[in-house]
Amino acid sequence: MKKLVQDFEVLHREELNKEHFILVIKAFEPLPEIMPGQFVNVLVKNSTQTFLRRPLSIHFVDYEKNVIKLFIKRIGEGTNKLGTLTQGDKLNLVYPLGNQYSIPKNLKTLLIGGGCGVAPLLYLAKHLKESGNEVTIILGVRSSYDAVELDAYKDYSRILITTEDGSLGEKGYPTQHSVLKNEHFDYAFTCGPEPMMKAVAKYAKDKDIPCEVSLENTMACGFGACLCCVTKTKNGNKCVCTEGPVFNINDLTW
Amino acid sequence: MVNLEVNLKNLNLKNPVMTASGTFGYGEEFEDFIDIGRLGGILVKGTTRHHREGNPYPRMAETPSGMLNAVGLQNKGVENFCKDIYPRIKHYNTNILVNVSGSTIEDYVETAQMINDLEHIPAIELNISCPNVKEGGMAFGTSCTSAASVVKEVRKVYKKHLMVKLSPNVTDITEIAKAVETEGADSVSLINTLLGMAIDAETRKPLLSTITGGLSGPCVKPIALRMVWQVFRAVNIPIVGLGGIMNARDAIEFILAGASAIQIGTANFIDPQVTVKVVEGIQEYMIRHKVHNISDLTGALANQ
Repeated sequence: MKKLVQDFEVLHREELNKEHFILVIKAFEPLPEIMPGQFVNVLVKNSTQTFLRRPLSIHFVDYEKNVIKLFIKRIGEGTNKLGTLTQGDKLNLVYPLGNQYSIPKNLKTLLIGGGCGVAPLLYLAKHLKESGNEVTIILGVRSSYDAVELDAYKDYSRILITTEDGSLGEKGYPTQHSVLKNEHFDYAFTCGPEPMMKAVAKYAKDKDIPCEVSLENTMACGFGACLCCVTKTKNGNKCVCTEGPVFNINDLTW
Repeated sequence: MVNLEVNLKNLNLKNPVMTASGTFGYGEEFEDFIDIGRLGGILVKGTTRHHREGNPYPRMAETPSGMLNAVGLQNKGVENFCKDIYPRIKHYNTNILVNVSGSTIEDYVETAQMINDLEHIPAIELNISCPNVKEGGMAFGTSCTSAASVVKEVRKVYKKHLMVKLSPNVTDITEIAKAVETEGADSVSLINTLLGMAIDAETRKPLLSTITGGLSGPCVKPIALRMVWQVFRAVNIPIVGLGGIMNARDAIEFILAGASAIQIGTANFIDPQVTVKVVEGIQEYMIRHKVHNISDLTGALANQ
């Protein structure tokens, strides 16, 4: 898959709450094939503290409209700057980067997302559903305030919520949701904070089902040149940007 | 027409733009983005006698106008390079230089010897300045005697163009440059990264697994320019300048300070097409300033 450097045009910035927003960006050329789990590396302009590009999960791809959606949380100066972009602004991307989640067929699949780690799971859910899988997403957030964009998932999956304060769905962490005790799943996928992903990996190992995690190590280039983003695997250090971000837990040293 | 060709003793470049080792992989990582044949040369990833896993994660921290890295020369060793990587990249229509590093003088010598036999590698860059390895690396490049001894021993076995990459982490870089010139270096490249550090105030933890790392990017450019200017006045061999070059204007500044050619490093991470843009920008500058030969600009700093 050829990697590209291209300008996109911002069509819309949808504010979900104070922290989270979605950037809808349109390509000038027809989009290449983009797989769930892949990411883009965006250039943040006019920010003195942001020297490197910012790697962001691909939240959704609409080939008909030729747009990509990015689900972003305002964390530092870079993401705050991205949160000021408005219609007509240009955004430079290096993309599509990284490998992809596996797409099995006709299985009962479980997707667990923590906080803004849920970003790649929407596009994954679409692909899984199209391959005949039954899709359940558990979204774990701090409180109902952070449970944003729930309707978007309903076209492709059942969506369950856990909140740390119990303000929506079940109280606790996503790996404590009752559905995990009451139902059997064939395949698990996760993205979010590392402690949560490790808990998902433990659940999958206990149930003896395959599990794929998406890592977000800090990186400089995003395409395998700098060797900064490595993670330790059973076969030595691997670049998260090219040999990941998606890893089968059996390959990691977790 | 302007003439971009550069002659570094026995190494001819079609233009002065090269890539800095460790920022350009083996060139293959950039094939989607640029025509590598448009560059004067590429410096492939630092290569050592034996396989190295490099340092643990985290290896990188962003800084204002730059970054720190502590990759630690992750590579599969020179034998793997000769057998697996070299056959894949030898067809590139540019000069391929291998950056050679080691923990002992024997490592450097053996690695250089093996690369000497590769037909399509016209030069090596001896890395006596890597700040991110426990043994060797920068230790060789921070004293005149050890820098001289490693160059002397490699010179005995390496018959092609021998470039030596200098560390800025020294009291007087001109002394090291003169020492390696005396032992037969054909050119010097400078600067490698500056030893730096980053801390997370919230967690009180260092941001790199190795605590310290190498600083690169535009924040180091004024230091690099100053050192190129100093070394230009101290030695007679050609200088390859690097350190924070982001565009053609930066590249021209290095050439005016005394560089015959330049390397682009960290900028490759932000714009993988930057090298080709710099070649075009240098050409444009030469037309605008009516400079026919790029070599006429080397050291052509005007008086105040």
